[in-house]
Amino acid sequence: MKGRWLLAIAVVLLALAFWLTRTVDNRYIYFSAYAVLQYVVLATAWNILGGYTGYVNFGTGAFFALGVYTSVFLIQAFAAPLLVQIAAGGLVSGLLGLGIGYLTLRLRGVFFSIATLALAVVLETVMINWEYVGGAKGINIIRPAPGALFENYVQLLFMVMGALAIGAVAVAWFIEHSRIGRGFAAIRDNEEAAECTGVPTLKLKLLATTVSGCLMGVAGAPFPYYLSFVDPGSAFNLSYAVNSLAMPMVGGTTTWLGPVIGAILLGTAQQLATVTISSELNLLIVGVVLVLFVVLAPDGIVGLVGRLVRRREA
Amino acid sequence: MAEPLLRVENVVKRFGGFQALGGVTLSVEKGERFGLIGPNGSGKTTLINCISGMLRNDDGRIVFQGRDVTDLPAHRRARLGIARSFQIPRPFGSMTVIENLEVALDYAARGRAAGDDHAAAALEILKMVGLDGKARVVSGRLTQIEMRQLELARAMAARPSLLISDEAMAGLSSSEVDDLLTILFRLNEAGTTVIMIEHIMRAVMRFSERIAVLDAGEKIAEGAPADIITNRAVERAYLGE
Repeated sequence: MKGRWLLAIAVVLLALAFWLTRTVDNRYIYFSAYAVLQYVVLATAWNILGGYTGYVNFGTGAFFALGVYTSVFLIQAFAAPLLVQIAAGGLVSGLLGLGIGYLTLRLRGVFFSIATLALAVVLETVMINWEYVGGAKGINIIRPAPGALFENYVQLLFMVMGALAIGAVAVAWFIEHSRIGRGFAAIRDNEEAAECTGVPTLKLKLLATTVSGCLMGVAGAPFPYYLSFVDPGSAFNLSYAVNSLAMPMVGGTTTWLGPVIGAILLGTAQQLATVTISSELNLLIVGVVLVLFVVLAPDGIVGLVGRLVRRREA
Repeated sequence: MAEPLLRVENVVKRFGGFQALGGVTLSVEKGERFGLIGPNGSGKTTLINCISGMLRNDDGRIVFQGRDVTDLPAHRRARLGIARSFQIPRPFGSMTVIENLEVALDYAARGRAAGDDHAAAALEILKMVGLDGKARVVSGRLTQIEMRQLELARAMAARPSLLISDEAMAGLSSSEVDDLLTILFRLNEAGTTVIMIEHIMRAVMRFSERIAVLDAGEKIAEGAPADIITNRAVERAYLGE
């Protein structure tokens, strides 16, 4: 029942976005809205592993960039259309998630996090030395024509990322409201007890790394067309790892809504700061907000609101 | 003779150079109330870790319901019907009490539990252990004693044919011990085999039909409670020469 309402809201949001592309022409709006929506996908993806299951991934950049470079490769080799790029980006990053899961999930806590951090470094080194996809100096990508529906390609990308964001949130919602979500939470709370309560912990953790990695790759796949230029520095940017961790923490990690709120707040703040103050200030803002939240509201905005509501009821 | 519910055959467990279990053999009949005692460090918890699958034994076999489960991971054994409570409570701290039980009903008892109404089933179990008033409380906020009750309730929610209770009574008052014994007796009457690990002798002696005694990783005695009390080896293990 609640799910049907959310579906209706999602359809309305998409329709509104489409209407926006009919009425507002300012390209910059779509350009920055895309960035915010991309963070909705990344934060939601991170949260499936980090928030639900409790395994902190510092390697978001690796999964994102793998999606980016999968697209670059497909554009270079086959001039593949955007939808194929997205599907392939998701598939490849999902497989990376599965592989990393197999290799590292026997590591607990901080050791898993360090391994994901190392993964990003390794993968970046590979891309720097792979000339076919641009190597260290990067590669220019020529956007195709936007098609009949849209004025320009950025509007089209904005709509695509909007749909992907809704898709990612739907996946998170489904997990949260299924047996799987409860299994994830049991793993996060106490892995041994979960295993002894019949939860197939290894299988579920692999599912979490795969789904999380897949969504990150999906978020990265449209990136080459978005910037028209890809180099390892931008694809593997540290800000992806920092933001996709900070946004769920600020919004709240235990529900699907937390990462969405965090991504919209922090993402918008960064977009505004880039224009009005300086583009260097972005991560500083994220850092300060993150510290404040970790100290003052460890359950994030969702937890904070929940606490206030309960206090009023009591 | 009928196949026992659980057969532990010559189970050896080493931690580095330390041998925690030196070839323990015992069997538990279906429907039995089995006590496992021994001084601190004698290997009781290691043994049940091997039975429940949290640890893999280095040698020997564990056979449950006629099936060799030695190589099965813990969650598969839980689904087959082996449930345990932990000595130091390990609640799913972010979940409410009733959600803790629902994990067990969703996973361990899946396909075996009768009925689909998990919430009602969970509430019934909570009533049995006396936690129904706390069903909606986040389990991380419970008192130590309530957490112990939750441990037992969660194990019961797994609908086990074998329930292993690891020192569920430590730190309880004598009336609380009696309450817990009543619950375990009732559970046993309903057909669940129970292995009780306990330091409270009054409780184990009253509860168990048969008792095994571990000392330094070896089984030194086994028998009816009355025989165990008078056993010389047991006396030596507990009191020294």
